Amino acid sequence: MKQADGWLWRLSLANLLFLYGPIAVLILFSFNASRLSATWQGWSLQWYRALWANQALLAATANSLLVATVSTLLALLLGVGLAVGLEGLPGRRQHQIEQAMLLPLVIPEVMMGVSLLLFFVLLHIPLSLTTVIVGHTLFNVPVVMIIVRARLRKLDPRLLEVAADLGASYWDALRYVTIPLLRPAIVGAALMAFTISLDDFIVTFFTAGPGATTLPLKVYSMIKSGMSPEINALSALFVVLSMGLIGLSLLLQRR
Amino acid sequence: MKISSHARWALFSGRAMSWWLLGPGLLWMGLLCFVPLCLIVVISFAGRGTYGGIVWSFSLTNYLDLLHPLYARILGQSILLAAGTTLLCLIMGFPLAYYIARAAPRRQGIWLLLVMIPFWTNFLVRTYAWMFILRTEGLLNTLLLKLGLIATPIELLYSNTAVVIGLIYGYLPFMVLPLYVALERVDRTLVEAAWDLYATRWAVLFRIILPLARPGILAGCLLVFIPSLGAFLTPDLLGGARSMMIGNLIQHEFLVARDWPLGAAISCVLMLFVVGMMGWSLRVAKLLSQQEHEL
Amino acid sequence: MVDQPTSIEITSLVKQHGATLAVDHVSLTVHRGEFFSLLGPSGAGKTSVLRMIAGFETPDEGTIRIDGRSMEAVPPNRRPVNLVFQSYALFPHLTVAENVAFGPRMQGAPRGEIMSRVRVALDMVKLSSKEERLPAQLSGGEQQRVALARALVNRPTVLLLDEPLSALDQQLRQEMQVELKSIQERAGCTFVCVTHHQEEALTMSDRVAVMHQGRVLQIGSPQDVYESPTSAFVARFIGVSNELRGIVRRIDGERVLVQSPDLLGEVQIVLPGHTTLQEGSAVTVLLRPERLRLSTVVQGLSGEQSLAASVDKVLYSGSDRRYLVRLGERLVWNVRVPNDESGRIGLVCGDAVYVRWQISDAVVLSE
Repeated sequence: MKQADGWLWRLSLANLLFLYGPIAVLILFSFNASRLSATWQGWSLQWYRALWANQALLAATANSLLVATVSTLLALLLGVGLAVGLEGLPGRRQHQIEQAMLLPLVIPEVMMGVSLLLFFVLLHIPLSLTTVIVGHTLFNVPVVMIIVRARLRKLDPRLLEVAADLGASYWDALRYVTIPLLRPAIVGAALMAFTISLDDFIVTFFTAGPGATTLPLKVYSMIKSGMSPEINALSALFVVLSMGLIGLSLLLQRR
Repeated sequence: MKISSHARWALFSGRAMSWWLLGPGLLWMGLLCFVPLCLIVVISFAGRGTYGGIVWSFSLTNYLDLLHPLYARILGQSILLAAGTTLLCLIMGFPLAYYIARAAPRRQGIWLLLVMIPFWTNFLVRTYAWMFILRTEGLLNTLLLKLGLIATPIELLYSNTAVVIGLIYGYLPFMVLPLYVALERVDRTLVEAAWDLYATRWAVLFRIILPLARPGILAGCLLVFIPSLGAFLTPDLLGGARSMMIGNLIQHEFLVARDWPLGAAISCVLMLFVVGMMGWSLRVAKLLSQQEHEL
Repeated sequence: MVDQPTSIEITSLVKQHGATLAVDHVSLTVHRGEFFSLLGPSGAGKTSVLRMIAGFETPDEGTIRIDGRSMEAVPPNRRPVNLVFQSYALFPHLTVAENVAFGPRMQGAPRGEIMSRVRVALDMVKLSSKEERLPAQLSGGEQQRVALARALVNRPTVLLLDEPLSALDQQLRQEMQVELKSIQERAGCTFVCVTHHQEEALTMSDRVAVMHQGRVLQIGSPQDVYESPTSAFVARFIGVSNELRGIVRRIDGERVLVQSPDLLGEVQIVLPGHTTLQEGSAVTVLLRPERLRLSTVVQGLSGEQSLAASVDKVLYSGSDRRYLVRLGERLVWNVRVPNDESGRIGLVCGDAVYVRWQISDAVVLSE
């Protein structure tokens, strides 16, 4: 048994190495002074500096942030409404609608992307940042809904009864009792939606118009034009940012 | 006395209020998610115009076209690659999941977190990492050359192998988590009883542990297979010209060949496959849980 | 009684919960300014009645009128009642003052008025010093008082309380019983309290309604309900009751011959209200433990009835002694004898005694 344990431990470690190795390598080599990526030639921050000077990159970052912010806000509005509104329906209906709302998370992203493209084209809506934002809300709304609902379920239903007893109307109770109590979940959901939006590639790929380049799209085109350590640097930043945001989001949800 | 959530809000003035809150969300999703998907289904039956537009006719031509060896090969290859990925994920992930399941409860949380963290990084970045490692002048080749294990660089990138590696990298956590959940529930006394009855290590694995972990294996395989099947980025960046998968094909038809109806048909086939798999797995899961109850 | 203004008038209330009839044609009236309790074991339907008064459940049949006004289509947030929940349900994200201010705020009262009303309410429950605390920082008793203040600040016509003292420990409970009653008197408000603790109900209430399986069995003052129960259930639920069940064999003037399966032979006893009894009818005689007297002498005092028994057990409980005396193979009575001079009778297990009571102290129930 002990022997098996030893092997188990080694295999698990190997798995972890597999999972973290590539990212670690990427980040490490973003500090590599040499342009020929794979040989180490000393520490350097030049690639990070190059990023900073890259105008197109900065524009793409601004776009990403804009899209993420707007789509998150929109998703919060719609998602919280869904989460809270569902509570008023009978159980079976709740379940049905919830499952339906999860659809965008289940279907392959390529399909979501092309279906949106088709939709916009058929309606003669030109592709732009707006269409990207629309696309992003489609997966952000379910995410917000799930996170907020999970918290909502844990609220004491008596609190709503008490509020009613004390004279609160439906909207009063929502505003003064439910939403304040949901605040940590709402913030957590916002962070998660924001990160997902920043990270998204496929749906953005199909719905972005000219001039609507977001960061992932820019990275993609950089990769297609050839490897460069700048991409490493960019990737490193991305990794740290994503992990930080999601970590924060989870922390808030724990409370 | 439990109050149903329905009754909770009915306190105020019936269900009407709920719909004010639900309305916008439902409308938005309905209009922008369901309608486009329906459109895809609709045009999958349509025809292609001379310059890439849509001719609104109704026929099954597109679907029949998919039986052509060219497309069939890609479809088949996608299934194969996805299946291979799933199998390898299972083999790799199983020891890890088992280890975590048997670890002290306090450490389990940390391990699971460690497994999930890479998943939170950008998929593009993760795929690029493998490009960095596997290319001819990449890390792996450089290392192997330096160590003198090979004389000339191996062509690892732009191949099916690279695609599979990339897919495994992306979806391994999805295999580990359900496996962990199932394995954690395996009664350790059963394993010990088997030991007591002189079973060999392999026998214990195959006769006791695996069967009990079946629901987890099923869930894990599903969670890996379905996204792998619809993968786009991984084959696009890591695969060669011959490593095209369904996702790339769809993109190709929509943005390059401009045969939208055909692209839509391929999407529908993919969707059917996905739905079919989920339905099948639900049935199997039900059977498995029934068996468990009978035990 | 007829002239007293009524706060709540409930007529033939019915509520079905799935397969069970939770409330079975309940009718009662609560007078203005009184402390009224709904008493009964769990599942008796009392909480359902309370919730229907508050508006959280709609009755299947029957009407509820508060101050003469029908509450038929009135949602809970517009009824002149306030409910204090068993779990208090304080808003965890608001301070004590904000919790109490909630009601007035919802009603749109101006800020200055809200603040003064909150202060008055907190004074009434003696919690003024804890205004800025959060519910999580308070003890159980303090939380309850906040819940009370939060309800009282709205000056409701009726205050409903759902098992108000059940979450408190014994010591606190005794104190709060008195406290609650004085708060009610100070506020001048009608209180309707649901409880399954009969001692509580008797201590605090002006009137009690005993409920069982969805029906009201008896309504009356605590004294009425304790000393003159109209059913065996009420007698048993409230305090300890000693019973003698049997059939009337013969009525001989004042003397009634009762044959009981629990006693050997027939006993001749004088029963109050014997004129309403008939031969052959089933009868239950109820006696409270403190109304019984033990004596070793055959001859009793005038006006007394007696039965022969033997002492089974003696239980000492501080202020009194309880004697379990056996009258028959399956009949054991509970006799309470205070531990004062007159009570020192020095009986031990196995002693033969006579159990005595005044004729008028017996409660006779006929089927």
